[in-house]
Amino acid sequence: MNNHLPADSIEAVTRGLASAGYIASKQIATAVYLAERIEKPILVEGPAGVGKTELAKALAAWRGLKMIRMQCYEGLDEAKALYEWKYAKQLLYTQILKDKLGEVLGGADTLSAALGKLHDFGDVFFSKEFVEPRPLLQALEQEKGCVLLVDEIDKSDAEFESLLLEILSDYQVSIPEFGTVVALVKPTVILTSNGERDLSDALKRRCLHLHIGFPEQKLEERIVESRVPGISQSLRKQIVGFINQVRTLDLKKLPSVSETIDWARVLVLLQSTELDHETVKDTLNVLLNYEADIETTMPQVTTFVAKAGRQGVFG
Amino acid sequence: MREELHRFFRAARGAGVRVSPAESIDAMKAVADVGFGDRGILRDTLLLTLAKSQDEKQALGECFDLFFSQPEVKDEATPADAAEGAPPDSMEGETQPGDPGAQAPELGELAQMLMSRDRNAIAAAMANAANAASLSDIRYFTQRGIFSSRILEQLGIERLRDDLDALTAANPAEAERLAAALEALRENVRDVVNQALVLYGREETENLRNEILRNAPLARLERRQVEQMKALIRAIARRLRERYSKPRKRQRRGHLDTRKTLRRNAAWGGVPFLTSWKRRHRDRPKIVAICDVSGSVAQVSDFFLLLIHSLHEVVDDVRSFAFSGHLIEVSDILDTRSPEEAMSEIMSKVGFGSSDYGGSLVDFEKGWIRTVTAKTTVIVLGDARTNNLDPRADILRRISERSKRLVWLNPEGRMAWGWGDSEMPRYAAFCSVVRQCATAKQLERAVSDIVAAYQ
Repeated sequence: MNNHLPADSIEAVTRGLASAGYIASKQIATAVYLAERIEKPILVEGPAGVGKTELAKALAAWRGLKMIRMQCYEGLDEAKALYEWKYAKQLLYTQILKDKLGEVLGGADTLSAALGKLHDFGDVFFSKEFVEPRPLLQALEQEKGCVLLVDEIDKSDAEFESLLLEILSDYQVSIPEFGTVVALVKPTVILTSNGERDLSDALKRRCLHLHIGFPEQKLEERIVESRVPGISQSLRKQIVGFINQVRTLDLKKLPSVSETIDWARVLVLLQSTELDHETVKDTLNVLLNYEADIETTMPQVTTFVAKAGRQGVFG
Repeated sequence: MREELHRFFRAARGAGVRVSPAESIDAMKAVADVGFGDRGILRDTLLLTLAKSQDEKQALGECFDLFFSQPEVKDEATPADAAEGAPPDSMEGETQPGDPGAQAPELGELAQMLMSRDRNAIAAAMANAANAASLSDIRYFTQRGIFSSRILEQLGIERLRDDLDALTAANPAEAERLAAALEALRENVRDVVNQALVLYGREETENLRNEILRNAPLARLERRQVEQMKALIRAIARRLRERYSKPRKRQRRGHLDTRKTLRRNAAWGGVPFLTSWKRRHRDRPKIVAICDVSGSVAQVSDFFLLLIHSLHEVVDDVRSFAFSGHLIEVSDILDTRSPEEAMSEIMSKVGFGSSDYGGSLVDFEKGWIRTVTAKTTVIVLGDARTNNLDPRADILRRISERSKRLVWLNPEGRMAWGWGDSEMPRYAAFCSVVRQCATAKQLERAVSDIVAAYQ
């Protein structure tokens, strides 16, 4: 696979992601294709567990690139996201070089002469050797390019968002002590958000906005097929049919794709070949995370299973 | 095609999607890359580059479908006119096969097009005419007539009329056919103009309507306006949320947090490489709202409560009380029910009485005076018309002393305060602020000021 050329068609992107085990809908493939073509980051929004983070992983795996992940949280700042000075190393070096410094400065008679000599060193201690690169800076320094995943950007503070703007639009960061670092190869940037708060317009403007919702039934079946090998076609159909009906209920947290996959795995482990309401009731806790949701769903299980079973026969 | 895209951007702005020049450049680039071949892909591409939220995606999707369905509308309309003209058409086919060719030279371009039923040519001519008449400048529905006639003029209706006159004398049957086609053409043009109005005029029309609505007195809204007003209140709530829901921590520059700094630098033997600064925590607003729900004030209270209770992200704690003859707490009703249900329940419990400010203040002091703390803003919404009962301004004084601020919102104009049974001047002595609050605009400013006092 040629790493540096963008894919030449949307179909190629779909195929490539599929080879990495990610079944992409047309919108997702179009977004990835465009992101590479017009060199813009993708901002992915959607409910938890629909494969936002997975998209970045699959993209990295397909392209054979390193994935650098930055998990956002409240209070994340420059020092943890961009770069930090290696204070301990600076301190150690000044200790070791003390004698050397004495030698160099020894020739100077007056204080101002010593100061002048000291200036000649330049900013030895504030050079690249003493910079500890954090994810954002690392991403710019990758020689082969990389996939930079800024995960759950909505969790971070508004100030951090502004910090990202320079990287997102120009693929560079400014470090006051030694200037601007420009990306060697422009990384593919993917930002994810669960919509916990509204992101600023400035950030949104710099990104392609992709919303991943719950997939269509057909697509979800294909996803299960690729993720859970060894599952029979009829069971797969029933599982997806059942889950799609659960999603019509008024729940606190709707089951998403990751739950579908987990549940399918569980059923395969339990060696079920058919969806029957006993097994479903026993394993419902895999699917739903809140007690209240389970209580809401429980009385509906029998009807849902029957309906999903019919779909399996005729669908 | 670039023209077409530019017009689409305009239409998108009309649909409420904010398209900045930078975004339109990106969209252009992206479209240049994917091409116009596949409509689905083109749609995805535009949604990806222009829309910035799920709502916008939906609006833009609808706009896209409408925009690019234009040619189809014409196609639908033309068969209809073909069907109308079908009988004479078949008749003509039988009787005078050679004639059209003989007449052709004397007819104008448009008439020829219509007679030959060249659908594509007509569609193209119409699009050109619409461009020439700068149809995308249409803003208000009152402009429909002028744009229709401009387009028809561009199409060459003058010449067509002459042709029609000439033809009526020479060949009445053909003339009838042409007249029918002309009628169909007019209809087509009207459709095109209507669609353009939907596409390009929406923004202006809506702005105008909202502006009128914002300044309309809340107490005297018509039934159909109430729904629109609710939507407007929701928009106001969203705006206030966006403005005030930012984190409330702010650094106090220059005040070192010694303890935190030492702890953070323990790894370097307490040499303070990393400094921590003291932060000041800001309180989220706590609000106690006391609303008169009698008679003419009810509608205003309605909207006020609706607004306050949709500010969850901004306001920490809201306790709402409603009164006319006596006072009850309505926070739970407002939080659990839909706005309509909540309002009708509140009205059935306390509404429709004559208001007794004194009695209600006594009720409040007896039951809930403890909810008022030094961090609370108390908002009273009412016209202060006490029906000549004892106003009990002394209770209001005590509430005022306990609270951070006491704000009185009065739907009546300043001129009416103190006239008749209005006790506003007596109450006003104990209020931090008294302001008129009769329109959505004043409501927004009042709530915005209350919340801003905590920033």
